[in-house]
Amino acid sequence: MGVGNTGGTVSELIDETRKRLSSGRELFALLIVLGIAVLLLDLVRRIATGELAFGRLWRYTWNGLVDSLYIALAAIGLSMTYSILRFANFSHGDLVTTGAFSGWAVAWVVGGWGVYSVGELVLFSPTAAGPTGGELGMNVLASPVAILIGLAAAAALTVAVALAIDRLVYRRMRDAGGIPLLIASVGVALALRYLIAVFWTVESHSATASAPILEDVPPWLPFERVNLHELTLVVTAVGLIVGLHLLLQYTKLGTAMRAMADNKDLALITGIPTERVIFATWTIGAGLAGVAGYLIVLDRGQFSINIGWFLLLLIFAAVILGGIGSIYGALVGSLVIGLTINVSLVWIPADLNEIAAFTLMILILIVKPDGLLGGVETA
Amino acid sequence: MSDVETEASDDRAVNESTSTERDLEDAILEVENMEKRFGGIVAVDGASFAVERGSITGLIGPNGAGKSTTFNCITGVHQPDGGRVAFDGTEITGDRPHRVANRGLVRTFQIARGLPEMTVLENMMLAPKGQVGESLWRSVVPYFRSEVLEQERELRERAWETLELFEIDHLAEEYAKNLSGGQRKLLELARALQTEPEMLMLDEPMAGVNPTLQEKLLGHIHDLCDRGYTFLIVEHDMDVIMNNCERVIVMHQGAVLDSGTPAEITANEQVIEAYLGGEV
Amino acid sequence: MSGADPDGDPETDTADVPGDDGTDEPTAMIRPEWRSDLLLIVKVVLATYVGFFLVGVLSGAGVNATVGTIQSITYFGAIFALGALALNLHWGYTGMFNIGIAGFMAIGAYTMSIAVASPDGTPAGFGLPIPVGVVLGMVAAGIAGLVLVIPTLRVRADYFAIVTLGFSEIVRLSVQSRSLRQIGDTAYGTGGGQGIRATPVDSVVGWLFDQPIVGAVGDVLILLGEAVGIASSVLERGIYTLVLILFVIAFYVLLTRIAHSPFGRVLKAIREDELAAKSLGKRTDRAKIAAFAVGCALMGLVGTLWMGSRTHISPDHFMPLITFYVFVALIVGGAGSNTGSVLGGFVFAAVIFEGPRFVRTMVRANLGTDFPRTAYGAFAELGAGDPAALIGYVLYQQADEVRYIVLGVVLVLLMIKRPDGLLGHRKEIAAGVDLRRRGAVADGGRSAEDDGPAGTDGGADDE
Repeated sequence: MGVGNTGGTVSELIDETRKRLSSGRELFALLIVLGIAVLLLDLVRRIATGELAFGRLWRYTWNGLVDSLYIALAAIGLSMTYSILRFANFSHGDLVTTGAFSGWAVAWVVGGWGVYSVGELVLFSPTAAGPTGGELGMNVLASPVAILIGLAAAAALTVAVALAIDRLVYRRMRDAGGIPLLIASVGVALALRYLIAVFWTVESHSATASAPILEDVPPWLPFERVNLHELTLVVTAVGLIVGLHLLLQYTKLGTAMRAMADNKDLALITGIPTERVIFATWTIGAGLAGVAGYLIVLDRGQFSINIGWFLLLLIFAAVILGGIGSIYGALVGSLVIGLTINVSLVWIPADLNEIAAFTLMILILIVKPDGLLGGVETA
Repeated sequence: MSDVETEASDDRAVNESTSTERDLEDAILEVENMEKRFGGIVAVDGASFAVERGSITGLIGPNGAGKSTTFNCITGVHQPDGGRVAFDGTEITGDRPHRVANRGLVRTFQIARGLPEMTVLENMMLAPKGQVGESLWRSVVPYFRSEVLEQERELRERAWETLELFEIDHLAEEYAKNLSGGQRKLLELARALQTEPEMLMLDEPMAGVNPTLQEKLLGHIHDLCDRGYTFLIVEHDMDVIMNNCERVIVMHQGAVLDSGTPAEITANEQVIEAYLGGEV
Repeated sequence: MSGADPDGDPETDTADVPGDDGTDEPTAMIRPEWRSDLLLIVKVVLATYVGFFLVGVLSGAGVNATVGTIQSITYFGAIFALGALALNLHWGYTGMFNIGIAGFMAIGAYTMSIAVASPDGTPAGFGLPIPVGVVLGMVAAGIAGLVLVIPTLRVRADYFAIVTLGFSEIVRLSVQSRSLRQIGDTAYGTGGGQGIRATPVDSVVGWLFDQPIVGAVGDVLILLGEAVGIASSVLERGIYTLVLILFVIAFYVLLTRIAHSPFGRVLKAIREDELAAKSLGKRTDRAKIAAFAVGCALMGLVGTLWMGSRTHISPDHFMPLITFYVFVALIVGGAGSNTGSVLGGFVFAAVIFEGPRFVRTMVRANLGTDFPRTAYGAFAELGAGDPAALIGYVLYQQADEVRYIVLGVVLVLLMIKRPDGLLGHRKEIAAGVDLRRRGAVADGGRSAEDDGPAGTDGGADDE
């Protein structure tokens, strides 16, 4: 940087340093990087001294990876709607919930067909007359067909709901700004969630049988036992993500979507049919979200109407971290969030781990207001 | 005041005879070796020029020459990657927009930024500097509030006077968003004046303005210049520049190609070449 | 432009005094803004009371229940009006989209509770008097606002919204966590999921009645009340509601002052185009910080008042849902308008907050309480030919859920049809004086202190 040649070089130097530092963001960024470095070093220390069993760290990391997978499924959808429809969709979490409820209702109906009444099945045994998940054999080994059909139903029904909502609400607001759409989506979220509650109540439900565990694991794998439900989640999620990548990169639709994400007006001018792209966005985004909801229940067992809403902020954190509109960014962001929630357990108790993720998100936004990988302006 | 040397990024030598920078008697704004990059693109590449106090100076150049970016770097909208800027003898390099404005250097924007949901009058009342009431505390506490209200009355007078001067007083209660393009430009200028600046930088003030209004605008600019204000105007309309500016600075590809009187620079072959399409 | 609502001068609502600025502009004949606003609010409130009363009595819900509902509406209407006014400062004026309101309310309420709780309780408190606790709550919330806004000044609008939501959740999760239940070895803490037992805020009223002078007035009131058949506890609750209304008036005055001032102008300019404001020399960062901190302090106060007669404060009282309530209240009334905030708060409380509950009461009165407990049962009954069961199920058993559905639907409809809200089209001019009036400047500096709440220029002198 060319410092002036007139007198007062020293004062100019001082001015310059002040300007550099007063760009507090650079200082902040430095602090964050230092902080993370310190934590990593501490991690190494703990392993070395035996304070932290490697097995435990591995378990945290593995859980982090699994969590980041289902966060990713939901985050991708959110990132897509964010960039193509230009607003922060606060009802996305409730699409996850929709997937969970609709998918498992179908799975139950298939699994208990003929034996129990449809009403009991759909509502997950509201009275004592109905079965439990265990009685129905709701695990991947005992009723793979039911579970598979449920998975497909979760995706299909969630897509249907999302398209209906788009037709009813968002389509009338295509030209509204990001904030009115955001607010409308909050309304949609509430209405959807509590509509589900009218039927299924706010209580929590249990839909699955206990997960079958595989004990005969080949010795070259780092696990001793494999939880088959978890495995299903991982395989399905990874498969879908890879499929999406292929779609985006190698199909005309995918290219159109990427183009639209970058600039809607440009896409209009060049003749890419936007309503069709929007349709595709909802289909893929809501489908993935529905599947995410379904899989979470498969893995966790218990769920309530709030399952998606509680995840929503984490999903937002992932999307923002990775940068709006970037599918790959959403993946990276999900990874960061998933790992943060879990690995932070090394240092902090379980009921504070989400705080760690939110704090990280806020810190990164302070330093990089456009997200880690940049993104698209909406508001 | 310094001798400013222009630099060109490639080997186009500057014609000494076309008075690069003969000593300006009194340069109110000096830009030296300004640089600005956006990612891989070099928008401003070693631009240097000076503006004489009390003059109407034009800044021209083909599209992409870096004029608006230079404006933005001077006024703190962007941080320059290199070079320095001095206004009225003081360094303002990299100062934030409000600092620059408070020193007396105010600018208008290419697309007029009238505050749309505020009325013309509110726009005018916003502009003046040193408003006591801009502190939350003073606006609210009874004793101080009466001072604030006094000042409000004064500002109201000044606002109306300026609006009348610009003949847009009939629009006083209109929302800025309801004004036509030309009227918005007038508002921008009127509003900028309320800050009692030393120098105004106008970014394409004539764009989208009908000829009658253009005449009026120019008339105002000349009047104001007579009263001591300095103007630096970016414009594409050559007639406007040639007929109104005492000095013209030509930018091309991020650097200053030439500067001088309108006659001098129209005679400069390199300038003509740049406009008629030398390399990109 | 909506020329209908001028910045009137309260003193000059006389049609026959032309301004002595030489013109007889019609402005002298228009009624001052704040008076017409007050009238509007009063009208809406009375209409709502009457409406509910009629509906309640005619549908057989009973006088008692109806009066109780009306009182609830007033109470919550005041609370939401306060919240909406504070949010208006952030969003309506400055354009800062703050969806962390619940968090700041929690900070205010928790700080107060900790300050006020007895040192012998679990967790322990500092045993300070309630008014002190309330002030401390405001200060704490204001400081929290400062801490949040200063580093995030450059974060863009929608991300900022999510940052505030994240902050609100951080606050809620923190006070809920077991680790902060007891801080270190001390007895102090946030009580975790179980919360803190604290003296209810409205016991201030009882305390007031114990004081010498006010107490005498209080005693008289109580006697009168008993003569009419109103229990003293109900009376105290009613007085607390009055206290809330006083707060609403205070907030309104404060915020209108802020709005009608150069500071308010800068805020508006920030919302419209921050860069333009900066290029005119305005110190937008400072203004944003000030506005945000003050708004957060107000939200802290709202949090305290929200606790009302509760003896127990817990993190569940501060879910993000609360934030959305306040948002709806503000949007209904119209963002950018202070009067709108008040109206919106009240309408929201009446229609969305209390409405479904009132319907529930009516259903109970007319159809009894024997309804199926599950949707399955309700549909089964429907199949058997009895629709009342379904209606009862939805409106009675699921009244709370219905409330949220109504909330959601209202939000959506508002955004589609009328994003400006009830009064949003009314733009309040941000100036301390009526900008349309011109006249002599040197007016001997008449003090403008006897302005009405709008704080506009009392123009009898120079106009």
